Amino acid sequence: MARGIKDKVAILGMGCSKFGERWDSGAEELMLEAYKECLKDAGIDQNQLQAAWFSTAIDEVHVGKSGIPLSTTLRLPNIPVTHVENMCASGTEAFRGACYAVASGAADFALALGVEKLKDTGYGGLPGGRGGPLQVLWNANGTAPGNFAQLATAYMTAHGVSGEDLKRAIGHVSWKSHQNGAKNPKAHLQKAVEMDTILNAPMIASPLGLFDCCGVSDGAAAAIVTTPEIAKALGKKDIVSVKALQLSVSNGSESGHNSWDGSYFHTTRIASKKAYEEAGIKNPRDEVSMFEVHDCFSVTELVTMEDLHISETGKGWKDVLDGFYDADGKIPCQIDGGLKCFGHPIGASGLRMLYEMYLQLQGKAGPRQLANPRIGMTHNLGGAPRENISSVAIVGRYE
Amino acid sequence: MVGIVAFGAYVPRLRLNRQAVYDANKWFAPGLRGLAKGERSMANWDEDSITMAVEASRDCLTSHKAEDVRNIYFASTTHPFKDRQNAGVIGTALNVEQNLSATDIGGSLKAGTSALIAGLNASREGAPTLVAAADKRMARVASSGELNYGDGAAALLCGTENVIAKLVGHHSVSMDFVDHFRGDESDFDYGWEERWIRDEGYSKIVPPAIKAALAACKLKGTDITHFIMPSPMPAVPKQMAKMVGIGEGAVRDLLGATLGDTGAAHALVMLVDALEAAKAGDRIMVVAFGQGVDILVFEVTAEKDKLPARKGLSGWMARRKEEKNYMKFLAFNEMLPIDKGMRAEFDKKTALSVLWRKRDMIYGLVGGKCKVCGTVQFPRSQVCVNPNCHAIDSQDPYAMAGLECSVMSFTADSLTYSPDPPAYYGMITFPEGGRFMADFTDSDKDQVKVGAKMRMTFRMRDNDQMRGGFKRYFWKAAPV
Repeated sequence: MARGIKDKVAILGMGCSKFGERWDSGAEELMLEAYKECLKDAGIDQNQLQAAWFSTAIDEVHVGKSGIPLSTTLRLPNIPVTHVENMCASGTEAFRGACYAVASGAADFALALGVEKLKDTGYGGLPGGRGGPLQVLWNANGTAPGNFAQLATAYMTAHGVSGEDLKRAIGHVSWKSHQNGAKNPKAHLQKAVEMDTILNAPMIASPLGLFDCCGVSDGAAAAIVTTPEIAKALGKKDIVSVKALQLSVSNGSESGHNSWDGSYFHTTRIASKKAYEEAGIKNPRDEVSMFEVHDCFSVTELVTMEDLHISETGKGWKDVLDGFYDADGKIPCQIDGGLKCFGHPIGASGLRMLYEMYLQLQGKAGPRQLANPRIGMTHNLGGAPRENISSVAIVGRYE
Repeated sequence: MVGIVAFGAYVPRLRLNRQAVYDANKWFAPGLRGLAKGERSMANWDEDSITMAVEASRDCLTSHKAEDVRNIYFASTTHPFKDRQNAGVIGTALNVEQNLSATDIGGSLKAGTSALIAGLNASREGAPTLVAAADKRMARVASSGELNYGDGAAALLCGTENVIAKLVGHHSVSMDFVDHFRGDESDFDYGWEERWIRDEGYSKIVPPAIKAALAACKLKGTDITHFIMPSPMPAVPKQMAKMVGIGEGAVRDLLGATLGDTGAAHALVMLVDALEAAKAGDRIMVVAFGQGVDILVFEVTAEKDKLPARKGLSGWMARRKEEKNYMKFLAFNEMLPIDKGMRAEFDKKTALSVLWRKRDMIYGLVGGKCKVCGTVQFPRSQVCVNPNCHAIDSQDPYAMAGLECSVMSFTADSLTYSPDPPAYYGMITFPEGGRFMADFTDSDKDQVKVGAKMRMTFRMRDNDQMRGGFKRYFWKAAPV
């Protein structure tokens, strides 16, 4: 294996806009809201930035293509800006670009900023569209909830879990995130919800009901990265460094070869294994302090906790019901409310997950602050169970 | 000897309850009460005359190879395209292109029999000819047509080998008797008074034509075992039979109570119905009326009992789901300005160049089979999908439409736009290998389960109304 980037990159500053139905803001305002906080936190001058990565996934409904919208909105000093898109994993992709620039020595200060302005379409849910001119001729008339609902069907089949047990477990996933989101002033949904409400909500795509689906939100998040040495030289304390960044992309075997049973994320298993290796983590269930995972749908989170090698395959639903991932559980998951409640502005989500890890590791998470977390892990997924991009990042205290 | 060598049919699953239609419309048209009996077939929203003709053709070709077919005649008064060979779409769906002549025949309710005559003549030299007929006629709200019509298709393979029904003779007259018409600018028929049609049309045009046909075949009326004659007036066929000495017992049921009148297809649908029942030596006369008359006479041979089993008309009729929701019928036929929501607004423009390049995949459901590892896959790709193979340029075309598959995972999606929500779709897997995320059709909650067996069926997936109605066809999975 390559040497990896463990401890070669430090997060110098981060910012995150308020997420939600931001009727008052366009993508530009959201970008600036996150950037101002980020730049202030980093404590550097904008002219010190040497490269930027900009993530949006459904840019056709807001900023449009290229790196120009970022450069123009922030009036960046004519530095390279790369627009990245990897579906819902775009935010982590922007972060990866910035980190690699620093780790390689190509830049001392690099910016990653993700934004998505979704609430200008006139209807609920994600903007539709079935792909290119060939895809539209044969892809099923599906939606994100419909694709992820099938993860639930396949999971139940593979592990003999009853519909009732699964519904309770995924209901608990959402219940827990609502509990957490209620403590987050930047979250889209800040209201705790009763289990009965969750279980009796209208069906969106069976077996997923309304509360099994994350919010469709507007928002932006940003990070400025540098080397730990520079961070130290700038007088930073409690430095948070990157321990691992891994990405695994489907090559069509799940969607086209009968070896996959539909009940798990092939890519997440690969990416997380590589990330633990890169970070030097031997036993993640004991070593990781907290998670922000891609809970686009409640069942995604449940299955992901198995694919991250935390819960045993087929037993994750029991850990969930035991409260293992609750705020007061062994490894809190979605302490900021997750996609479910913090919200899911596509291009920003990966960076928002890192934002929470960064706050927690620095003890700045306010009423939801965990006791002494050391290692935080994010998991940011793009696509559908049968065809996806799974990205994981591990960050922790620089010691 | 030329004749019919195989037959097939197709009837949509839904059967619209006529009483439900009448109940909705009786405030306006109480006179329809007499027609408010039984049920009529009702195409699903994704079915049209092409998709139904493809299904009937597949049923017909259960016993024969599609690639041997040299001619396809497709009869309908509701061809989905005015300028685009509708019969050619059927050919592509059956994976037949080379050495194929495809022809649309329309313009009259006797288009089905005209196509059959053309098909029989075309196959005299031994070229197997497929004759398909289908209709999905629109009718005005609260009209008799709305109650009488049905949607359906029939297909007959004509040839000279192993003939199950030998052509004894045929006879046609053509005269511009306009009992009804459908102009270029209308979706609906306009008809004249029934009594006039009966007395001046049927009674004066049909009997002489039948007599001429009998004479040419050197037969008497009593020689006919099965008399087939579609008519919107149920008493007329009996009346015609009587006038030419054909026994009343020979007159075939019009299938009105359970199916309805399938338009240009109906004479052939009734012929399939008769062939299913017929015994060797039976003589079948088919009469179709429409600006003249076509008459065909067949004699059933001993080969008929050797024909391999197929669904046929009886099989498709047995697959039935009652529909009592008249509003749904109107919505499926775009007769109701229903609020489809913004998700129905997505542009459905088709890149015709892509469709051409991928026509075997899209219309033929042809995947690939790797020569190196044997893995079947869909779509066919340049690099084998098997994670332990990944051979390059290793795949032979592999037709998958005829393979049974099963449901690996599925959902019922209430968010996506579907004319018939919720939208059922899921991952289907083929036992030979290969899988893809497919739309389901003709599906109900209690039928779709993990592991359920499915059959691929050729359907419309979109109608690009922005560009005058370009129908996108592809294959969907339906419960077996």
